[in-house]
Amino acid sequence: MGKIKLTKVAFSGTAEQEAELRAKLAETKKMQGGLMPSLQAAQEIYGYLPIEVQKIIAEELNVSMEEIFGVATFYSQFTLNPQGRYQISVCIGTACYVKGAGEVLDKIAEVLKVEPGECTADGKFSLNATRCIGCCGLAPVFTINEQVFGKVTKDEVPGILRPYIDGE
Amino acid sequence: MFRNHILICGGTGCSSGNSHEIARLMEEKLKAEGLENEVKCIMTGCFGLCACGPVVVVYPEGAFYAHVKPENVNEIVEEHIIKGRIVTHLLYKDPEQVEKETVKSLNETQFYKKQTRVALRNCGLIDPENIDEYIAYDGYQALAKVLTEYSPQDVIDIIKASGLRGRGGGGFPTGVKWQFAKNTPGDIKYVCCNADEGDPGAFMDRSVLEGDPHAVIEAMTIAGYAIGSHQGYVYIRAEYPIAVKRLQIAINQAKEYGLLGKNILQSGHDFDLEIRLGSGAFVCGEETALMTSIEGHRGEPRPRPPFPAVKGLFGKPTLLNNVETYANICQIILRGADWFASMGTEKSKGTKVFALGGKITNTGLVEIPMGTPLRTVIEEIGGGIPNGKKFKAAQTGGPSGGCIPAQYLDIPIDYDNLISIGSMMGSGGLIVMDEDNCMVDIAKFFLQFTKDESCGKCTPCRVGTQRLLEYLDKITTGKATMQDLDDMEALCYYIKDNALCGLGQTAPNPVLSTLRYFRDEYIAHVRDKKCPAGVCKKLVRFEITDACKGCTACARKCPVNAISGKVKEIHTIDPSKCIKCGVCMDTCKFNAIVKK
Repeated sequence: MGKIKLTKVAFSGTAEQEAELRAKLAETKKMQGGLMPSLQAAQEIYGYLPIEVQKIIAEELNVSMEEIFGVATFYSQFTLNPQGRYQISVCIGTACYVKGAGEVLDKIAEVLKVEPGECTADGKFSLNATRCIGCCGLAPVFTINEQVFGKVTKDEVPGILRPYIDGE
Repeated sequence: MFRNHILICGGTGCSSGNSHEIARLMEEKLKAEGLENEVKCIMTGCFGLCACGPVVVVYPEGAFYAHVKPENVNEIVEEHIIKGRIVTHLLYKDPEQVEKETVKSLNETQFYKKQTRVALRNCGLIDPENIDEYIAYDGYQALAKVLTEYSPQDVIDIIKASGLRGRGGGGFPTGVKWQFAKNTPGDIKYVCCNADEGDPGAFMDRSVLEGDPHAVIEAMTIAGYAIGSHQGYVYIRAEYPIAVKRLQIAINQAKEYGLLGKNILQSGHDFDLEIRLGSGAFVCGEETALMTSIEGHRGEPRPRPPFPAVKGLFGKPTLLNNVETYANICQIILRGADWFASMGTEKSKGTKVFALGGKITNTGLVEIPMGTPLRTVIEEIGGGIPNGKKFKAAQTGGPSGGCIPAQYLDIPIDYDNLISIGSMMGSGGLIVMDEDNCMVDIAKFFLQFTKDESCGKCTPCRVGTQRLLEYLDKITTGKATMQDLDDMEALCYYIKDNALCGLGQTAPNPVLSTLRYFRDEYIAHVRDKKCPAGVCKKLVRFEITDACKGCTACARKCPVNAISGKVKEIHTIDPSKCIKCGVCMDTCKFNAIVKK
């Protein structure tokens, strides 16, 4: 398990988001073992799981904050930090790794000046090293939001990132 | 009736290669030509040959188009569909028949010829989002047969007789597992499917769920009937959005058709199915951790016994099988236990799907009868190692498995043989490595993975994997002693004997198997402070040879100004400044820079 990094970004949830979450929780709390689906729904809505959101879930599901924080920090898909508008995930599964995914990751970090697991100061890019995404035929692979880039070499990285850096 | 069927792969690999855009353009073009009632376009599951994606196959000819791009769509429709001329330059080139200009159908290529597809039989053949297509290929017949002709015990006897063993890694006899779950008394029991395919490099479960989701639903319903359960859960990775979507569509369709829910096919058997998403914890592939996770907790394993068949999900008797195991069930029911048992070796029956990856030409999914030699898989089906490099090792079983060196290439692959040579079947990832891969680095890669994924519940795993990684770190940076090597090996055995669950017990395997077969590589790192494959940065030195023309290109590119020399004279690298980034080697046009 990695170190838990708490966000320094102020919470900016809206009333609509809260209403949506509470409506969702009304369904999930009826499920047996509904905490995971609740957290998944909350992350869908807010993009991450700040402490304010965990409190709402604790209240609705009637479980302790300790339990919620424990689950939220156990699973790597849950994030306590806001993600960038462009979320970059570099697959470091075995197939990608043996084909040089480590170099690709380093290059992206260098170009965007951001460490894996972090978000750029302007909130534009976040970079993560992820587990195998199952595109081993295209190794090495990274994704920017839903877009997949396969058979990438480290030299191609700046060219791929350029339109994202220049665009909005 | 349609005169042509165009199958477009919609698996994750080809989807990332824009196959959905190809399908959209194809439909548009067919409509523009007024052919929409004569030619049918289908989005299928994975064909298996991901290295050649996006893949398009046109029937009845079976013409296999590889690396198709959106701009090729018009040509395929105009030439092949309208004029009847196969577009040869887009065809997949089988290495064997490059000279011959004959058109080979899919099943005749080297890649498919040696395969026997049972679990993957419908992948790449049917539209996974249409239950009617599954039914047309004998879908739900096994369920009907079970519900009308067999008692629950009959079903279990058939599965036992088939010799099917768990495909998730452990290889426990499936029929025996079902029997345990049936024998435990209880009104409420659960059937679970483990689709938390976390082994890096394995993606067969994803492909089955993406290409043939109903096969899993049908098998789980049969399992429910056999053990007396009315509720099933599929625990699937959230990282597989296409599989989740198709499985949900399939569940909804099965409910609509009365194949899931109350009183299935008027038999009085009720069975319902729910999807639960994993959230990225490798340990949740372990059965007790998976159930703890479905219950909504941190996915930590619990001690066994009690086994899940006695006290599992929500404290009730639970049957848990892997996706690929379920994918075999319906075929066993329909074609008989003898048919299944006729394939494979003495103790490992049937077929196994492997995800071929790494340094191999045909990366993708292959399904082979148990007992097929590794050489056949790598050299014939896999098309060998690209760029003329030499085979070094094949890694099976992911982070729990080991590396198989060249001397065992002819060993028939089955559960017991792989264990006897220090590896394991695992879920079926098969990563090929060539001479450029450093085995210590690979062991370190896997340990980094298991260390990160250790749930932290038991000390041997939580602390042990961390300490193992530290040893490997010392070795790869040239700081280790021969004593460290011995201590590390002893620690491996300690962790194996004392960890709580499968993750910890198998975590040292990558280290032990590489120590067993590649000890000289470890010794080279420790004693000579050298990395023979030139991977471990700290141990690598870049040097400039006499081939240097003094063009100064490398010196200008070096980010830390470690290279000096006059124009037209041989340059030198200052090792105290060099950060070993390799830019100079990439830059040099005369191959004058070598790694040592």
